[in-house]
Amino acid sequence: MLGNCAVAALVLAGLAAALRVGRSPLWRQAGRELRRRRPFALLVVALYAAIALLDSIAWVDHEGGGVHEARSLLVRAFPADFREASYSAPLADVEFYGGAPLRHPGSHWLGTDILGRDVLLQALRGARVALLVGGLTSLISIPLALLFGVAAGYRGGRVDDVVFFVTSTLASMPGLLLLVALVMALGRGPVQVCIALGVTGWVGFARLARGETFKLRELDYVQAARALGVPELRIVLRHVVPNLMHLVVITFVLTFSGLVLSEAVLSWLGLGIDGSWGQMIDQARDELSREPAIWWNLTAASAALFGLILAVNLVGDAVRDILDPRTLRERA
Amino acid sequence: MLAYLVRRLAWGVVTVQGVLLFLFVLFFLLATPDDIARKAVGEKAPQAVLDQWKQNHGYDKPRVWNPAAPADTMLFDHFRRMLSFDFGNSDADDTPIAERLRAGVGPSLAFTLPLFVLEIVFGVGLALFVAFFRDTAIDRTATVLAVLAMSVSTLLYIIGAQYVLGKLLRWFPISGFDPDPSVIARFLALPVIVGLLSGIGSDLRFYRTVFVEESGKDYVRTARAKGCGEGRIMGRHVLRNSLIPILTQVVVQIPFLFTGSLLLESFFGIPGLGSVTVDAINANDFSTLRTMVYIGSLLFVAGQIATDVSYTLADPRVRLG
Repeated sequence: MLGNCAVAALVLAGLAAALRVGRSPLWRQAGRELRRRRPFALLVVALYAAIALLDSIAWVDHEGGGVHEARSLLVRAFPADFREASYSAPLADVEFYGGAPLRHPGSHWLGTDILGRDVLLQALRGARVALLVGGLTSLISIPLALLFGVAAGYRGGRVDDVVFFVTSTLASMPGLLLLVALVMALGRGPVQVCIALGVTGWVGFARLARGETFKLRELDYVQAARALGVPELRIVLRHVVPNLMHLVVITFVLTFSGLVLSEAVLSWLGLGIDGSWGQMIDQARDELSREPAIWWNLTAASAALFGLILAVNLVGDAVRDILDPRTLRERA
Repeated sequence: MLAYLVRRLAWGVVTVQGVLLFLFVLFFLLATPDDIARKAVGEKAPQAVLDQWKQNHGYDKPRVWNPAAPADTMLFDHFRRMLSFDFGNSDADDTPIAERLRAGVGPSLAFTLPLFVLEIVFGVGLALFVAFFRDTAIDRTATVLAVLAMSVSTLLYIIGAQYVLGKLLRWFPISGFDPDPSVIARFLALPVIVGLLSGIGSDLRFYRTVFVEESGKDYVRTARAKGCGEGRIMGRHVLRNSLIPILTQVVVQIPFLFTGSLLLESFFGIPGLGSVTVDAINANDFSTLRTMVYIGSLLFVAGQIATDVSYTLADPRVRLG
């Protein structure tokens, strides 16, 4: 429930951002440039996002008796009760161990896992978790970083000292250990994992935002606004924060892949989110040592993870090149 | 320089206090002693057992405020014990944590030290090579390969290497550790290879950027105009002048060689501090986990100061102050 609300909030935030981008000609130009440079990677990311959305829209059927769980659009795209008793190889007609006949022979493209669930469907459903991890964490960490970074950069003095103390304290703890400690203290669950990733992840961007704000506040138009008596909060919201938006976008895309990979590591420690690719990989570890080995579960989860991370990495590099004038100057 | 170091050290002490406070909030206020004790004794244990466990492990004092004896609180105990390096016993099996740390440092170093050196050699060497051929097919291929390598989860590298190199080809033992110098290399080869693979992508990209940026500078053009060979330019001038960003990347890692690697050590059965930490996570051993985070932050502060000092050694123009 909480997860679904989070995804809904995510979609709304994304829509708001997209509307903003649609209005401003500079952003639109950047978008065109991105589509020109990375058409394929963008398409792949969009595909993952579409699958994640399809899996986020779920409802419960009440016909028939008994208890039903909510099934998403994605699950409904597959045949009803698309399960077997246990492992079956891709496109097999019989079970992998024992050779009992399958209920849906030849229709599990990527085979089934230990509980007889369709691996293709599981792999597709991982997209929702990945986007939840990347998106919700960014929704937590980026506003936090902006708040602290801008406050420190704009106010300076005592505020700057406090923010510096907080950020250097968080930064001095080894990332993975801090992450584990947070998840263990907060408890296990999707939102807790995102909060933990957010708390560990905001420091870098806060420092960046602080430095940028520090530069911006000395610029003529900010000084002019101050001389005209514009309230400080209004200056920050109108003249400082919008000029940090390109850094927000770059940070969002560049940290996204790291977040998803961190979740995979957490999964392996038993602290991850149910249904993630990390969990599938973790589970597949033992399956590989069976005789004969079960390889399709690992392959499907790894390929799905790899595809998303690669596409996001490629888009991220392009976004940085397009939006960050410093890089552009170096290239020229 | 001395004044600067003293100031840095003082700031480091303040940071470590912040870490201790954060750990207290995390492990005494967010996860309360009752939660920790409950996890240790099990869901169904009677209250008396729970209380006994709390008493045995020092979780039975008032947490923050004790009007009768202000110094007799868990907050005070936590700071006093951590700062005096008296880590106490593990929450899980009551062995002294300090003993575990001592036992784990050796295997960790035996694994991380070769990995660290090889990573620098390969990373810097490959990046120099690629930067030498910048804007050619070699450069473009290497950049693409680096992005591909970065996009693979470390978990997959580990599982894949264990399966292909260990199980199918039987080149290396799949996991295990033996401190005997004659066989230790056999056991460490596979984790070191995996460590190199999983780090090489981002290393190569980072160092390449540094070298390419450096080779666009005026002094490189001057050297070329004087007839200096390209190999000599890259190996001598560019490498020497790129030392600051390289050191920034590298020196800070040195202290963490002691704490090992969580993932690789536990996958490959190396009984180092990474494995100690993973065991602590699996056993809900909060006191060991606290200690590891604390030691990690101490090492980080040390690494930062070492980085600053290394700048002055690498570049005589840098003055600390």
